[in-house]
Amino acid sequence: MEKSIKKYWPVFVLPTMAAFTIGFIVPFVYGIWLSFCKFTTVVDWKFVGLRNYTRIFVVNGEVDTTFLHSLWYTALFTVVTVAIINVAAFGIAMALTKGIKGTNLFRTVFFLPNLIGGIVLSYVWLMIFNSYLAKYSKTIVSTQWYAFWGLVIVVCWQQIGYMMIIYVAGIQNIPADLIEAAKIDGANNWQLLKNVTLPLLMPTITICSFLTLTNGFKLFDQNLALTGGNPGKMSELLALNIYNTMYGTTGWQGVGQAKAVIFFLLVALISVIQNKLTTSKEVQQ
Amino acid sequence: MAKTDMNVSTVRRAKHGWILTTIFAVISITWILPIAMVLLNSFKRKAYIFANPFGISNVKLSQGFARWQAGISKTFVGFMNYKTAVKQTKFFQSFGYSLFITVISVFLIILCCSMCAWYITRVHNAATKIIYLLCLFSMIVPFQMVMFTLSKFANILHLSNPLGITIVYLGFGAGLAVFMFTGFVKSVSVEIEEAAMIDGCTPIQTYFKIILPIMKPTIVTVAILESMWVWNDYLLPSLVLNINKYKTIPIAVQFLKQSHGQVDWGAMMAVLVLAIVPIVVFYIAAQKYIIEGVLAGAVKG
Repeated sequence: MEKSIKKYWPVFVLPTMAAFTIGFIVPFVYGIWLSFCKFTTVVDWKFVGLRNYTRIFVVNGEVDTTFLHSLWYTALFTVVTVAIINVAAFGIAMALTKGIKGTNLFRTVFFLPNLIGGIVLSYVWLMIFNSYLAKYSKTIVSTQWYAFWGLVIVVCWQQIGYMMIIYVAGIQNIPADLIEAAKIDGANNWQLLKNVTLPLLMPTITICSFLTLTNGFKLFDQNLALTGGNPGKMSELLALNIYNTMYGTTGWQGVGQAKAVIFFLLVALISVIQNKLTTSKEVQQ
Repeated sequence: MAKTDMNVSTVRRAKHGWILTTIFAVISITWILPIAMVLLNSFKRKAYIFANPFGISNVKLSQGFARWQAGISKTFVGFMNYKTAVKQTKFFQSFGYSLFITVISVFLIILCCSMCAWYITRVHNAATKIIYLLCLFSMIVPFQMVMFTLSKFANILHLSNPLGITIVYLGFGAGLAVFMFTGFVKSVSVEIEEAAMIDGCTPIQTYFKIILPIMKPTIVTVAILESMWVWNDYLLPSLVLNINKYKTIPIAVQFLKQSHGQVDWGAMMAVLVLAIVPIVVFYIAAQKYIIEGVLAGAVKG
């Protein structure tokens, strides 16, 4: 059978691979190459070695901390959102698996923001934040911390419902007789949570943590629409910082591309760690 | 003894249930309050949106009922904001572009990637292995890594239009789709396919008559995940498309904010409502599939 299928590759594989080559392989390989070049379009490149990479941190002999600032701002943002989203989603999921009235309706409502795109829902919140802060003659971009917590609220509102759905499925997968057995042995609610529910939920917790981790790290739309990186460049997350470097001023495309390569390496590193962790968990079970 | 125990726990659960239901009812209302606020303000005169975002009248009720009532009619402007918004953003045109791009892209992704996934699972050689690994790899690459080169190449290849961008989406979305379809095909036994081919089906007939129908659950999952991505995507179309001509909904919303020095918040509220309504309608119609699809995607991705 394999032989007869084999010769049909132009029908089965070619369309996807042609598009994949245009849409991913060539841009990716060429993107790495361009990070070592000075360029303004894809045809006028000139090899400059590591100059783009050094210019991320040092420009004309002066230290430029913009990228480092955005790196730790992103790291902090990611840590805060991962913690809030996962704790809240887990809490809601626990409550919504007790079989209370209206469970389905609540689930529907909590999940809704996730379907609305980042641009649209950021403007929903921008109106709310700014009309509230107007009372104190402030806006969401008054300081980088207003911007920070604004972004945190928007992202939590968007993602808690999504993670809740995953936690609900995880909790429902815990065998009821295990809970029952622990109860008969006299475990109280806290012991039940700590010794039975949480350990059995570890695979789900890993999935959700890494989903929120990469989402936080790669956040762009909400950042662009809600704060635009203001005030100054103080609320620029990494993705927006790269975008602004690339399209903000001509002559900086190479530096933008070099930042993108570093960004890719960071995201890839997170994915590799995630893969290691989830695979080792599977082996244990 | 056991029976009494059960009764006690049911009673206790019911008691807790009431409290929890009440708490969650309150949280749920708070949860959709932002959207309700946008809906309310979309009918207000723009000057009153920031002055009194949560109220419905510019006069306090304590100043007399008649004046309060007059205040309401002064605050609200009917569908005026909607008219401005639709005119300024050419909303229905954007809606058409968004719909066209999403439907064609998702159709292409499902058809091409499921075919590709079946082929690379059934044919074992170095090439199919490499294709699979490349698809896996593409899933961890953030868009910023390829945005510059991808948009320039799309320009050179004349893909900067609603039809061309669907090919870009097929290319950049292929990783996840091929991965998910491959996972499914691996779990299907080859015997049915073999029987069909012994009976004289060509691989193409076998694929469309046998494989495609059994893939239905995975097709729904991939369709949901890719639609959510393409419909809401902002950065890729804003870089690839010729945005003077073609604006998808997210681009139109962002354009309304950037292009007119002073933002018309009345029009903004209206366009946000117009952008959210189709999503809510779709969500209510296909809720079961959406939640299942998202769940399957999260666990596998």
